[in-house]
Amino acid sequence: MIKNADQIFILLQHWVMSFFPAALQPIVGVLLAVVAIICVFPGLFAVAVLLERKGLGRMQNRYGPNRVGPLGILQPVADGLKSLTKEDIVPASADAVVHFLAPVFLVVIVFMGYAVLPMGRNMALVNMDSGLLFFFAMGASTELSVFMAGWSSRNKYSLLGAMRAVAQMISYEVPLLLSSLVVVMMTGSMNLTRIVAAQNQYTWGLPHWYIFTPWGVAAFLLYAIATTAESNRSPFDLPEGESELVAGYFTEYSGFKFALFFLGEYVGMLSVSGLGTTLFLGGWSAPFQFLWWVPSWIWFFSKVMLSICVFIWLRGTLPRLRQDQLMNFAWKFVLPLSLLNLFVAGLWRFLGEGLARWGVCSAILLVAYVVMARVGMHKEDFGPRSYRYAE
Amino acid sequence: MFGEGILKGLAETARNFVGSFVSAERLTTVQYPEERIAPIEATRDFPFLVYDGADWEAGLRCVACQICEKECPPKCIYIEKSVDKKPDYTGRPQIYPKRFDIDISVCMSCQICVEVCPFEAIKMDTEFELSTTDRFGGLLYDRKELAKSNEHYHKIHPTEAAEVDARLAEEKAKAETKAKAAAEAAAAKAAAATAATAAPTESKAGGGSQA
Repeated sequence: MIKNADQIFILLQHWVMSFFPAALQPIVGVLLAVVAIICVFPGLFAVAVLLERKGLGRMQNRYGPNRVGPLGILQPVADGLKSLTKEDIVPASADAVVHFLAPVFLVVIVFMGYAVLPMGRNMALVNMDSGLLFFFAMGASTELSVFMAGWSSRNKYSLLGAMRAVAQMISYEVPLLLSSLVVVMMTGSMNLTRIVAAQNQYTWGLPHWYIFTPWGVAAFLLYAIATTAESNRSPFDLPEGESELVAGYFTEYSGFKFALFFLGEYVGMLSVSGLGTTLFLGGWSAPFQFLWWVPSWIWFFSKVMLSICVFIWLRGTLPRLRQDQLMNFAWKFVLPLSLLNLFVAGLWRFLGEGLARWGVCSAILLVAYVVMARVGMHKEDFGPRSYRYAE
Repeated sequence: MFGEGILKGLAETARNFVGSFVSAERLTTVQYPEERIAPIEATRDFPFLVYDGADWEAGLRCVACQICEKECPPKCIYIEKSVDKKPDYTGRPQIYPKRFDIDISVCMSCQICVEVCPFEAIKMDTEFELSTTDRFGGLLYDRKELAKSNEHYHKIHPTEAAEVDARLAEEKAKAETKAKAAAEAAAAKAAAATAATAAPTESKAGGGSQA
């Protein structure tokens, strides 16, 4: 019974597949999984948007949307209907083909990343050996879509937003990869299913998640910073800074194309949350051994939604960075720390079992953090700026 | 310096988040169509015409002097004078407006009409839910739509209305005493005249006695 609840989606898939001839069964199975992903994640997108609007409201002592349906839970439906029925405007001087392709490309690329995410026991669409690499390749392609949108709109705000987006996303791509590399070093595999399996072990009822190691915490924090920047979320939302650039690269989009950008952003956020969960939070494994009987997919999706809540919390708290702070932070703080973290992870591996490696690794990371923060603040790299002529 | 500012900020937003569910005074939003707060006394939007008594047509204070029409900066008031006269609040026969229209789509709520009116006949209303499906006729208010009782005025601007009433009562009293004095003077003059014509000998006699 418990096993069936855990595998319910796999069993459903096999049940539907059994209606088809044997030759068609693999294709039908894949199609079913794809359709499931394409249905579930936009649903989660709607939930995330509602959570965000209500949560931000509460953080600012407002009610948030509470008009459509009981407690406003049908607000995403109203938003969707609104964006579907709005006029789709393409600027006369825009490059119409690229302008049309950009949102489509973004959504397609963002959904591709889900192919390798294990969303539960045996619930990865493709069990790819280079799954992590595939995910990052897809993640990096979103920059292309952003630049397509900004360039083809032929609008100065769009172009500025796109320029900022490309600069920011390429800068944070490097620490993103380097911070996840430690996991690959430890597991010895880029297969996400095997990364989760490696974390799905327990000592004294506690899991072997990578976040419970010094290098794991550091890598997780760096990963969180880099993904926040990658998904253009506050405090790194310069590419769409609405107070400066109208809406950044999607200024010239309206109607459903705008909704697709919105969808792409949130689905991308969900996918990087899923990857963070997979790499550091044990994927679909239970947080305590005695909770093993809860279906694995429940753990995966609750961890993802928890990450979304943290994203929302950060957005409600932090003000937007300045462009120079953003770049300095990426190249002078996050990147050196993630490089050092690679070294620390290697040290952890070769120091062997015991308390010594805990002390040594934590000490190195803490000292590096303190020294770099001090130096950075002292040199005004990420501290308050002093003006030479103004003031 | 080491990120503790971020933690402090996160704690603050978390406090707000939880606090908004726990304490009602954090949520200052008034959920408008269901909840309302009384407008402050100085609220104003569009003008209305004050009438005394029960019948709006008979009680209109306006005497169609057209000062407001001339002073109105966006020229949104249209007045047509009557040819006959009706008694006003002091009882004097006055001209009244046969037509008094305000185009509230043009009105800019400047209150100049109120300030120039010598008869306290036009005042500012506080009614703000004025949406209509007819943007031409529906926003051109005629005499009947504009006429509102003095009680309504007392309800929306109590202090101001009390002052206006006191001033009007004073004026009326002054007018009455003046009228009475005039009447008395006229009576006295008439009496004196009759006395003078009737008894010239008396005065002569008086003069004689004085001499």
